[in-house]
Amino acid sequence: MAQHKDLVNNLYKSKEHFEKSVFDMGWDELVLGAACFSFEGEIDHTVVNVQPEDRRSAETNSINKYVGDWRVVKPVWQVDLCIDCQNCWLYCPDTSIISRDKEMVGIDYDHCKGCGICSEVCPTNPKSLVMFDENTKNEDALMQWPEKTKKGE
Amino acid sequence: MYRNKRSMELKTVEVWDGNVANSHALRQASVDVVSAYPITPSTGTVEAYASHNANGYVDGEMIMTESEHAAMSGCIGASAAGARSATATSSQGLALMVETLYQASGMRLPIVLCMINRALAAPLNVNGDHSDMYLANQSGWISIDACTPEESYDLVLCAFRIGEHLDVRLPVIVNQDGFLTSHKAQNVRPLSDDAAYDFVGDYKEVNSMLNFDKPVTHGVQTESDWHFEHKAKQNKAMMDSVSVIEEVFADFEKVSGRKYNMIETHKTEDAEVIVICMGTTYQTAMVACDKMREEGIKCGVLMPRVFRPTLMDQLVDKLKNAKAVVCMDRSAPGGQTGLLYNDVASALFNTSSRPLLSNLIYGLGGRDINIENLSDIFKDAQAEVKAGKLNGSIQRWVGVRGPELNYYSVEG
Repeated sequence: MAQHKDLVNNLYKSKEHFEKSVFDMGWDELVLGAACFSFEGEIDHTVVNVQPEDRRSAETNSINKYVGDWRVVKPVWQVDLCIDCQNCWLYCPDTSIISRDKEMVGIDYDHCKGCGICSEVCPTNPKSLVMFDENTKNEDALMQWPEKTKKGE
Repeated sequence: MYRNKRSMELKTVEVWDGNVANSHALRQASVDVVSAYPITPSTGTVEAYASHNANGYVDGEMIMTESEHAAMSGCIGASAAGARSATATSSQGLALMVETLYQASGMRLPIVLCMINRALAAPLNVNGDHSDMYLANQSGWISIDACTPEESYDLVLCAFRIGEHLDVRLPVIVNQDGFLTSHKAQNVRPLSDDAAYDFVGDYKEVNSMLNFDKPVTHGVQTESDWHFEHKAKQNKAMMDSVSVIEEVFADFEKVSGRKYNMIETHKTEDAEVIVICMGTTYQTAMVACDKMREEGIKCGVLMPRVFRPTLMDQLVDKLKNAKAVVCMDRSAPGGQTGLLYNDVASALFNTSSRPLLSNLIYGLGGRDINIENLSDIFKDAQAEVKAGKLNGSIQRWVGVRGPELNYYSVEG
């Protein structure tokens, strides 16, 4: 879990990272129209080989924003059951499953909206991703993990 | 984005109606994406363009959508992706498009909309009045008015240059009267395909989504922290577009010999009575004006060629010596005065000019207005000048059956 926390913390860049914050810009300094750039400056096509936390994300990139506040249920990950099949990583519509070298690392709760797709596509029995009430502590959730279901149940 | 591979041989003078004229302007501008839904009387623009497309004269894409809302949405997507895009609509179609009109202007996408003006229901009516033009009046689109198929052809070509100018980047509406212009074949002197494309030029991408070197999100959300600034920037571009429009009109005169003015005038220099109107009525009014001049009325006619942005300074300059100004609005005013009246009144209010300013509501739903009607309007205004006061009220409905309808009574 420590590795996961570091990764998530690194996704955030401090405000000082940017020359001038868009929050301080006047009308004459804004980008034309209703547009936001994902990265600062032009990107190199090898960006695909650079991990998200190492990319030069623009201030307005949603990676710098906490957008998990409307979640009412959250996925909790049980590392001991996970087989690293990457289904959840593939299906997550908000790229909130963090995986490195085809191994599941954790969940980015700052961007997860609680849609439950990861849990739905999880093939293990019992599931290694289970949806819990947002207010349930992860430690408590792990204690209440569902039992293995038998065929036909 | 690039010149069409196949060009069409055109005669020096073609006989086109307004719709066909539009379609050739779109074809010559080598539009990448036309996303449209048919509606009378603008169907002809899209139909003729589709035929150019099917016959291989256009390299762009034609998207048939399920509604006008989707048609404009298609244009917005294409334009944000980095394509030159255009569409056509009228009346109810424009009404359904309104939500996306604001998206297009706010996202600063230089889409061209060929609008064939038609009355808004109810009662359902397919004929020409300016209620759709007026509906789009605060949508952030530059709005230009054409009286003839040739003017519409010319102004659609100009519209691409204006909207795509790097200092403008705003969508542009080119209006023409439903049926009176859109379905009356008249002489059009088109440019050659090459000359027209040279005039319009290659499309200049700005922050296009298909530029993978600089990924961008279009149509973002801004709350109270940025929305005001974005709108200020957008409106500034609209206000500053005046000089660009003048420049484009001047360039167009060089390639076509046809001169367009921000405000078109006919014999207004020494006129005491000036009638302000738009579309085909401007042409009829010019004929009536000449006739009334023979009868000794010093009269003139004025038409804002550029309806939005509003050209207050230029209106003031053209109207400063008039004694009576009659603003003719071809749209049901909805419990107020018409927009032309409002524009002119607000332009003149802070000046020393105080002509007798009246507002006529006329021609709704395509009700004909002829030379005799307009002659009477000049005569009535002349009588008001002589009397030194308006004839009882500011707003008068003309050409409507039943008892007279006057509103906003004035003393003296």
